[in-house]
Amino acid sequence: MAAIQLIINNASYEVDVAPDTPLLWALRDKLNLTGTKYGCGMGLCGACTVHLDGEAVRACQTPVSLVGAKKVTTIEGLSPDNSHPVQRAWIAEQVPQCGYCQPGQIMSAAALLAKTPKPSDDQIEAAMVGNLCRCGMYQRIRRAIHRASLSQAHGAQAYVAPAYCGGASSGGSAAKGA
Amino acid sequence: MAISRRQFVVGGAVAGAGALVIGVRLSGHLVRAQESDAGAKKPAPNPFDAYVHVRPDGHITLIVAKSEMGQGIKTGLAMILAEEAEVDFNSVSVEQAETRPDIYAHMGTGGSGSTQENFTPLRQAGATVRALMITAAAAKWNVPAAECEAKKGSVLHEKTDRQASYGELIEAARKLPLPNPEKVELKDENDFELIGHATPRVDIPSKVNGSAKFGIDVRVPEMVFAVVARCPTFGGKAAHFDADKAKAIPGVRDVFEIPAMGADKFSAGGIVVVADSTWAAMKGRDALAITWDHGAAASESSEGISDALRTAAQKSGARLRNDGDVDAVLSNGAKKVEAVYEMPLLAHATMEPMNITALVRAGAAEVWAPTQSPDWVQGTVASVLGLKPDKVIVHTMLMGGGFGRRYMADFPAEVAQIAKVVGKPVQLVWTREDDMTHDFYRPATCHRLRGAVDASGHPVAWFHTLASTSIRGYWDPKADAAEGESGGARQLPYAIPNVRLEFNGVNSAVPRAWWRSVEHSFNGFVVESFIDELAAAAGEDPMKFRRSLLVKPPNWKPRFEYDPDPARLLGVLNLVAEKSGWGNPLPKGKGRGIACYHSFGSYFGEVAEVTVKGNDFRIDRIVAAVDCGQIVNPESVRAQTESAIIYGLSAALKNQITIKNGAVEQTNFDAYDPLRINEAPLIEVHLLKSTEDPGGMGEPALPPVAPAVANAIFAASGQRLRKLPFQFKAA
Ligand code: FES
Ligand code: FES
Repeated sequence: MAAIQLIINNASYEVDVAPDTPLLWALRDKLNLTGTKYGCGMGLCGACTVHLDGEAVRACQTPVSLVGAKKVTTIEGLSPDNSHPVQRAWIAEQVPQCGYCQPGQIMSAAALLAKTPKPSDDQIEAAMVGNLCRCGMYQRIRRAIHRASLSQAHGAQAYVAPAYCGGASSGGSAAKGA
Repeated sequence: MAISRRQFVVGGAVAGAGALVIGVRLSGHLVRAQESDAGAKKPAPNPFDAYVHVRPDGHITLIVAKSEMGQGIKTGLAMILAEEAEVDFNSVSVEQAETRPDIYAHMGTGGSGSTQENFTPLRQAGATVRALMITAAAAKWNVPAAECEAKKGSVLHEKTDRQASYGELIEAARKLPLPNPEKVELKDENDFELIGHATPRVDIPSKVNGSAKFGIDVRVPEMVFAVVARCPTFGGKAAHFDADKAKAIPGVRDVFEIPAMGADKFSAGGIVVVADSTWAAMKGRDALAITWDHGAAASESSEGISDALRTAAQKSGARLRNDGDVDAVLSNGAKKVEAVYEMPLLAHATMEPMNITALVRAGAAEVWAPTQSPDWVQGTVASVLGLKPDKVIVHTMLMGGGFGRRYMADFPAEVAQIAKVVGKPVQLVWTREDDMTHDFYRPATCHRLRGAVDASGHPVAWFHTLASTSIRGYWDPKADAAEGESGGARQLPYAIPNVRLEFNGVNSAVPRAWWRSVEHSFNGFVVESFIDELAAAAGEDPMKFRRSLLVKPPNWKPRFEYDPDPARLLGVLNLVAEKSGWGNPLPKGKGRGIACYHSFGSYFGEVAEVTVKGNDFRIDRIVAAVDCGQIVNPESVRAQTESAIIYGLSAALKNQITIKNGAVEQTNFDAYDPLRINEAPLIEVHLLKSTEDPGGMGEPALPPVAPAVANAIFAASGQRLRKLPFQFKAA
C-alpha cells in the first residue's frame, strides 16, 4: 500500500490504505476525523457528506484514490467555532435531535447555500433529499436553511424566525400557556 | 416502597471532596438525602438512582443513569433541578453515571420515562438544596429563616442587606440534618422561571461541529475493528467456512467463529473478521466463503406469517376485556360494521447502526456502549466472560437514535465474545445491512374488528380480535403473551356498553422487541380507524362522534393500568379540532382526518389534511395537540412530537420488513426508505397547559398519526386504508 496524500480542512495528511478505500473510512478509522458519519455505505443516506472543492459528495462513495489534489472539507473544518451561518442557524432552530445525521445535513446545506444563496423550498428539497434524518427533523432543517440564507445576506439579526413554533408558515403555534 | 429515614452515607465513589451530596430516589417519588465524606460504611442495599452534588464553588452536578439519545434529557433534568434549587440554569450540569448498579439502583432509558419518573423527586432534591442553604444562612446571620430568600445561587437577607453564595454556605449546610424531602416546600408553579420555558438544549452545539462522540466514534489506542458474517436466516449457522481469501485482504488480522448465545441475548453468532479498519473488515467479510446451514426457520415467509395472523384473528382467543354482551348485540338487528386491519414487521433503523467497543483483560473488561440499558450491557458482558459484573466497566456513549433497539443485549454479547479472542480494544461495527437484517422487529399483526351502531347512531358493540407475532412470544414462549400486546386496545376510552378484546399469538422465528411506542403503534391505528368507521356508519362527524363518547363519570377511576382519563383525551381532541379548523369546508379532493390517543402518560390529538389526486395522495399538514402534563421544556416537547410523527409516517406510508426463506428481504435504505425531506409534511404542535405529572414524550405522538392520515384519505376519497404501509389506488 502506497501512502496517499490528502488535503483535509486545509491541512495535509498521509494515509496508508488500499486505494479503493472510501474516503469515509480513511477519515474515520485512520485520521480520527469521526465527525463524518457512516449510515449506509451505499450513497443512500447522506450521513457521510463532505465537500470536495466545495462540492457536496458522499464520502462512502468516494475512493481515496480519486480525491487527488481536491480539497476535502469535513464537518470539523466548516468553522473553528460553530460560526458558519449554517451552524448558527442549526443552533438557533434547535435542529439536531440524536444528532447523528447532522454533520451530513449541515455539509449538504452549506454546499447548497454556497451555490444558491437564496434557495427556494424546492431547491432545498432537491439538495437535501439524499440526507435521511431518522429523528425526522426535516421542518427544522428547512427553517434553518432559510434562516442561514437570510443571515448570510443581511447579517445574523435579519431573520426573526417564529422561534420554536410548529411550522414556518403557521405563524407560530400559540401555545396555551407554554 | 418506603425506606427508612436513617441517614444514608454514600461511599467515596460518588462523593466529591467538600461537596454536599444528596441521594435521590427517582422511581418511587421519594428523596432521601444525606451528606457525606469518604470512608463510609458499606451502603447496602442502596436505594438511590441519582445524586446531586453541590460543589464548594456553588456548581451543581446531577449524576444520573439516563442516556441521551436526542430526547434532550440532560437539559430537562438540569432545568428541574435549577428551578427548585434557585440557581442559574448554567450552574447545573448533568453527568452520565458510571454503570454501578450498586450505586445507581435503576439505569434504563426507555418507555418514554425519563422526565416522567424524575420530575417530582428532582424538584424535591432541588428544594432540599435551597432549604439547606437558607437554614445555613439564617443560622450564620442569626435571623429567622423565613426572612431569607434564595436567588441565583445565593441566599439574601433583605432587612440587613446581607448575601451569601451557596459556595460560602456549603460547609455549614453539609452539617445540617436533612429535611424530610416529602415535606420541603416546592415552588409555586406560577413562579417557575425555567420549567415550562423553552430552553436551548445543552447537547446541541457539539452536534453541529462533529465533536459529539457517538458509540461508533470511540477511538481507543491500538483499537481494531470487527464485523461479523451472520447467517441471513434466523436461527441458522455456518456449516463450513473458508477464510483464506479473507485473510489475504490487506489489513485483515484474524478470522474466527463465535456461537449464537440463545435466549435473552439472542445474538446470531457467525464468522468474525478483525481488521485494521472497518473497511478492511468489511472487505474481508465479503471475501469469506461460507456455506450456511439455514436451520429450521428457512421456510418462513411473510405470506405464511400473514396467513397465520389472518386465521388467528378469526378465532376466539384469550379474553382481555369483556363488558356487557357483545354476542347478543352483534347477532341482533343493529347496523353492523366489520373490518380487518393488517400491519407488517418493522425495523428500527436507527441512523447510527449498532456498534460497541470493548477491551478484555485478565479478569476485567471495559466497554464503550451506545446503549439504553448500561446495566444490562454490564451483566451480559460479565456473563459471557464469566466475570462478576463489578469487573466490567461500561461507559455509556451518545446514541444516534435508540427507539427501543438499543435496549438489546445481542451486540454486547457479540463484542464480549470477540474482545476475549482479540485481546485488544475492538470496535464491533454492524453495517447497515446487518442492522436491518438482524434487528428485533416490531411484531406483525392482524386485527378483526366487529362493531354495531343502533338506530340513533350510538355505538353499542365493539369486538376486537388481535393476532400478533407477539414480543413475549419470542422472549419467553411460556409467558402470557397477551398482556404485552394489548395496551391501548384494552384501554379503549370510548363509552360503548358492550366491548370485548381477544388475543391470539402466532409463532415465528423472526426476533421481535420494542419499537417506538411498542403495541400502541398498531393498536392506536386500529382503535382510531375503527371508531372512524363507526362514526361513518352512524352518519356522524368523526370529531363530534368521539366527543360524545369521551365521557368522564363523576367518580371515574381507572379500570385498567394506564387507563386514559377521558377528560384529558377530550381536551386534546377539542384543542386539535379548534387549531386545525375542523369543520371548515375544504375544496374537493382534500380531506381532514382526526385521531386522539393516550400512551405513556401523554395525550395527543392529531389532525391530518390530505390532497388526493389520481392514484396518489399528499399530506398537506399535520396539526397536533398535546397534553403531556406539566411541561418541562416546551422546546423538547415540540421536537419530540415532530420526531415521533415523522417516524410514524415512515411506517404509515413506506416501510415494511418482509421475510423470504427465513430471512429479511430489505437490506438497506433503498428497500426500507424512511421519510425524506420532500415527503415530510408541515407539522404544527399546540401545547395544552396542565399541572398533572409530566407524561412521556418520546413515543406518544406516534400512534395517532397513521389513523389521522387514513381517516383523512377516507374523508377525501371514500377509500378506507386498513393495511400498513398504505397502498392507495384511485377508486
Ligand atoms: S454512508 Fe454515505 S450515503 Fe450513507
Ligand atoms: S437527528 Fe437523529 S437522525 Fe437526524
